[in-house]
Amino acid sequence: MYTDKRPLSPHLQIYKPQWTWVPSILTRITGGAITVGSLLVVYWLVALACGPEAYATAQAFFGNVLVKIVLFGFTWALMFHTLGGIRHLVWDFGIGVDIRSAERTAKLTVVASVVLTVLVWIAAYAV
Amino acid sequence: MSLRTPLGRAKGLGSAKEGVGHWLAERASAAALLPLLIWFVIGLIANAGADYEAARAWIGHPVNAVLLVLLLVTMFQHAQLGMQVIYEDYIHNDGLKLVSIYLTKFVAYLLAAAGSFAVLKIAFGG
Repeated sequence: MYTDKRPLSPHLQIYKPQWTWVPSILTRITGGAITVGSLLVVYWLVALACGPEAYATAQAFFGNVLVKIVLFGFTWALMFHTLGGIRHLVWDFGIGVDIRSAERTAKLTVVASVVLTVLVWIAAYAV
Repeated sequence: MSLRTPLGRAKGLGSAKEGVGHWLAERASAAALLPLLIWFVIGLIANAGADYEAARAWIGHPVNAVLLVLLLVTMFQHAQLGMQVIYEDYIHNDGLKLVSIYLTKFVAYLLAAAGSFAVLKIAFGG
């Protein structure tokens, strides 16, 4: 029977951080961050469609050091959310849901997301 | 056997029978986004710092334009589905929850339309 007095389950601020759940909630948080960051992608496309002056303004904006740092974070969020998403997709088939596998893939996701982000930026500057 | 409480049944609360469709749509769009994202990131790396003409040539190429429109539509579809679940889990005021969900959907469709129009405008040389 529903009552407002029922105890709530402990949440993010109360649980001790563990490999089983931190990367899971990070997948959701990075998803939200990418949603906001996608504004930048649309802005770049619209600027490119509007003409040379608008594009020059956009290039100056994206050339700013602070914006570059945001873009680096955006790249990481994209990589993490994608890898985390693949992990959740595999879980949906009932594969790797035991604690030891989950901890192993969690660490792999964190490491791979950072490595991929750095590689993407190195490649972008090298090409 | 029903797992619903008698009060829940009496009040007509509970599943709206649409959860599976939403769940599948989120995963289908995720699966579609994976190859599109890999293609787009490689394109971004190859065209990083491109000047106006080079950037327009890249975005305006027919193959790139089609894939980019697909990416934009699928990405914002996936984003609004994901944001809906976040709001449903964390916003406990029904009115605010509804407003957040639909406002996000409207903005997502607006951004998908604006981005797609920009790509097509470039592709058609406007």
